[in-house]
Formats: sequence, structure tokens, C-alpha cells
Amino acid sequence: MSEKTGTGDCTRRQFFMHVSIALGSIAAVLVGIPIVGSILAPIIKKPKPEWRVVGTVDGFKVGGDYVKVDYVNTSPLPWAGVTAQSAAWLRRESEDKFIAFSVNCAHLGCPVRWIEGAKLFMCPCHGGVYYEDGSVAAGPPPRGLYQYPVRVNNGQVEILASPIPITTV
Amino acid sequence: MNFLKRTWLWFDDRTGLSGAIGPIARHAVPPNTATWFYVFGSATLFTFMLQVATGVTLAFIYVPSSGEAYQSLQYITTQTTFGRIVRGMHNWGASAMILLVGIHMIQVYLTAAYKFPREMNWISGVVLLALTIVMGFTGQVVRWDQTAVWSTIVAAEQAGRVPLLGEWLADFILGGDTVGGTTLSRMFAYHVFLIPALLFVFIGFHLYLVIKNGISEFPRAGDPVDPASYREKYEAMVKQKGIPFWPDAAWKDMVFGFIVICTILAIAIIIGPPELGPPPNPSDIHALPVPDWYFVFYFAFLALMPPEIETYLMVFGPLLVGLLLFCLPFISNRGERSPLRRPWAVAIVALTIATISGLWAIGITSPWSPHFDAKPLTAEIIGADSGPLWRGGMNFNDKGCLYCHTISGHGGLRGPDLTYIGDRLSANELTWRIMNGGLNMPGFGGTLNNQELSDLVEFLSSRKKK
Repeated sequence: MSEKTGTGDCTRRQFFMHVSIALGSIAAVLVGIPIVGSILAPIIKKPKPEWRVVGTVDGFKVGGDYVKVDYVNTSPLPWAGVTAQSAAWLRRESEDKFIAFSVNCAHLGCPVRWIEGAKLFMCPCHGGVYYEDGSVAAGPPPRGLYQYPVRVNNGQVEILASPIPITTV
Repeated sequence: MNFLKRTWLWFDDRTGLSGAIGPIARHAVPPNTATWFYVFGSATLFTFMLQVATGVTLAFIYVPSSGEAYQSLQYITTQTTFGRIVRGMHNWGASAMILLVGIHMIQVYLTAAYKFPREMNWISGVVLLALTIVMGFTGQVVRWDQTAVWSTIVAAEQAGRVPLLGEWLADFILGGDTVGGTTLSRMFAYHVFLIPALLFVFIGFHLYLVIKNGISEFPRAGDPVDPASYREKYEAMVKQKGIPFWPDAAWKDMVFGFIVICTILAIAIIIGPPELGPPPNPSDIHALPVPDWYFVFYFAFLALMPPEIETYLMVFGPLLVGLLLFCLPFISNRGERSPLRRPWAVAIVALTIATISGLWAIGITSPWSPHFDAKPLTAEIIGADSGPLWRGGMNFNDKGCLYCHTISGHGGLRGPDLTYIGDRLSANELTWRIMNGGLNMPGFGGTLNNQELSDLVEFLSSRKKK
């Protein structure tokens, strides 16, 4: 290129530069929309909670202990295998009243265990402890155990399969 | 001239490779960098190469499907030729990489090699540290067993504490609002494509900067960095006294790297890969998700932080550490480099190592966790095999006391040791404490009947130094 580029020539060069950068950026944005959208989809699209049968009403003793019940989670995919399983602590409080708690500790989500003799839920990770009504008894949890909706339907006990409860601020 | 040599000469003539790479390999470096002190960065690179090679090999067999990954890992470990060793090398290679990154970073900090003109060397290194940590975590998750599933949930819960964005971030980590079919595919994509691609880019950048700015000379006390004259001084010194990097300095990198790689191979053969836990079933609650050793200190930190401020510590703690590391070269990029003249730097390193070691040691015993597998008290310890004393001892076993309190070496560590509690508290005080709890102990007023309570108090009162 000659040293003495005229103004017109320089504008032409700048024009090519701007067009090239603009074309690259537009292509990146156009392709980026479906890519980013696809990657972020799971945080936008929420599956509908669904009722899952966990046993017959007669299978649970009135005033008995908490029993761990397993059921299939809200969004089972064909290749999910055992990871489609979900669980809750269920107790029959009276003839037709059931109570269900998430197995996830409200602190950081570790699985709490029902300790029958102590009538406490205990978490193995950081020592969270809950009373039988789900309220905090000891340890770091900022709130009580999350409760899941339960209903009796045609003699069957059903739990509303819900997301893993996330404790937010 | 034999055929091989002729072929090489032809190839080199057409590609110009020796002319392009030779001068870079042989570039002059300060003579005092050709020491055993300068081998940790290259050793990190060698372990990274090992991770790439073993990782690609594992991907030949591993099935990144939430339902089948576990079986494919079992298959790799027990059925395939050398699969156990390759998995072992990938695991211990990760440990070695974390360790070497840590040593490399401490050494760069202690000798202040991050000062002018190497600020970007440090910053690209901080990015590499973050990427390596993410690789460590996602690597533990793609080892898709029970611990992996619960670790993912714990990570999502931590992300959930971020103000405003918490729930989105948690769902992003889980790949939805619960663990399932989407979770592992995403973790696999991070671990195998996304983060390694970033690692390649930043390692390339990091190495380019090492060549561009030159390897930093070993610091001398009383020889401060002055940005106005440093480059000239460095170039003059290298021109006058420099030695070629390859092979005069590099042979030590090769020797140390050889030892590191062979050690990883030996450990992989002798110890093998970590045992797979139970299958990744989120409804199996008999889980205690403890991370691999290099994250145990953080696991302890999560347990020990005061609950009132834990959200801030959990969210802003790591951010603050990252930000401080990132800003370090802007806080001080000139002046003394020798650790002899930088006592605060030495103190910070010592304090950091002491804190991490302390957290690590305490994380291994996890005294804050109830010990569900504690051995029950025996008749010998109780001192009776019938009557109220015996019944009280049995209550101690059955009512959950044992998981948190130790008596005569049996029990958990969460609460105080009660071996001699009879010397410290009266029967009334014991009753009050058991009924109401307090000081992080649950109250048992609603659990124990009068008989059980009086037996338990009688038993505890009998725990005395004779």
C-alpha cells in the first residue's frame, strides 16, 4: 500500500474493517441465541409437579413413626435410571392426616435420617438436627425441614413430587 | 545421509518448524533459574498432559448417562484391560495437579514473580487455578456414585445462597430442579469439553507470557523491581549471563516431571482408583458425601462457619479470595521481591497453610457430625446388666445420645464427652439439660417418659472418676 492513502482510500479500509467485525459479531449473536438458550433452558423451563402414589392408607400406622417413601421425581427421563428416584419422610398423624418432609437438610441439602429412639431427624454432613415437627433442634440449618404436600386419593397416599428445595436468602 | 535424516530435512525445509521452535526452546534464561526450585510449573503442565491422555482414554468407555455411568465405571475398573490403572492415574493425576498448582502458586507469591512486568502471568495463573478447581469438582461428580449425586446437591444449595440469582444458579448446576437424567450429561460437557478448552487457551496464554516476559530471575534482597528500568536490566543480564533454556535448564524439569509421572503411575498400580460408592440413587439416604481430600478443608469450613453469617461467608468468601488473588499484582507490582524483605508475604503463606491444614485435619474427624456408626455402650461400661443403671445406659444408646456424646470411648464427638459427667452436673442439672437442651443440643422433653428420664439421669450421675 502506498503511504499516501487518500481520505477516500482510508475510509474504504475502515469500511471493510467495520463490515468484517460487524458480520462476525452478528453471526456470533445469531448462533449464540440458540446455543445459550439451549444451555440455559433447564433454569427457565420448569416441569409441573405431579402427584405420585407412595402406598395405601392402610399401609401406614396411625401415629406411627416416620417412614421413608420412594417415588419417581418430577421429570424422569428414559435414561435417568436410579437417578429418577426421589424420597420423602412420611408419617400418618391421624386417621386421614399425613405429613411429609423433604429428605434434604435445609442447610446444604444432605440427606437427613429419622432417628426413631431420639424422635429427631439428623443430618450427617454438618450436624443439622430437627424435631419431629420439622423445626430446627440444633446445628446450622437456617430453617426447618421443607414440607411436601400429601393427599389421600381413593385409599392411596399421594405425595406431590416437587423440586429439590433450595434454601435461598 | 540416511533416509530418515533426508526426510526430516525435507520436512523442515517445507515447514520451517525448527526455525520457528528452536530459538524459542533455546531462548536465554537467567542462570539462577536453572535450579530445582523452578520445576513445579512444568510439572503441573506434565500432569495436565497426563490428565488429557488418561481422560480421553476413559471417554472411550465411559457412558455419560445418569442411568448408566455407574455401570460403565464398574466395567472400566474391573473388566477392561488396564482400565483400573488408567482410572487410577486420572484420579491421582488430579490430586497431583492440585498439589503442584498450589506449590507453584506459593512459590511465585513468595518470590514475588508476579511483579512488573509479569502481572498478566499471575492473572492468567489465577484463572488456571479456578479452572483446575472446577475440573476437580466436576471430576468427582462424573465419578457418578452416591457421593457424586449428593455433592451436586450440596453444590447447588451453596449456589442457592447467592442473592437474587440463587435459585437459577442451583437449577443450572442440577440441570433442572432436581437430580436426574440431565444432571450428568451437563457435568460431563463441562468436565470434558468446556473447561478443558478454556484450560488449553489459558495454558497457551500463560506459556506465551513466560516466553514474552522471560522467566523471572531468583530474587536477591536489596534488588527491588523498578518498572522504569526492569526490562532493560533483565535483558542485559540475560544477554550477558543467560543460558539456553533447552536443554541447560529444561533437563531438571524433565527429571522432576519424570519422577512425578512415574509416582502417579506407581500409586495407580499399587493403590488403584478410589472405590466407587453405592449407586447414584437420590432416594438412598444412607449417604455421607465427603469430597476428595483436596476439598475436605472447604467441607470443614462449611461446617464450622457461624450459621448467622454463613450465607455471606459461603457466597462472598470465595469471591473475595478470588478477587484478592486477581488484584494482587495491582496492589503491589514494584519493590522488593525477596521473601527475606517481605515478612508479610511469608506470614500470609504460613497462615494460609496452617488454616487449610487445621481445617483439613478437623474435616477428617468431622466432630460436628453425628456418628451413626458409633459402637453402643456395653454392660461393662455401663457397670450393670439390669436395673435402672442398665436401662439408663440402654436409653443412652437408643435415644440418640450416643451419636453426639462419647462415654468411655464409645460415641460421637459433637457434644461434650460425658465419661465423667457425674462429677460436673448434679441430677437436677442433668434433668434440666436433657429436658430443655440448649447450647446446640436438642431438648428431649417430648421424647422421654418419666421412667426413661430418671433412668438416664441415674446412669449419667454414675459417670464419675472413682
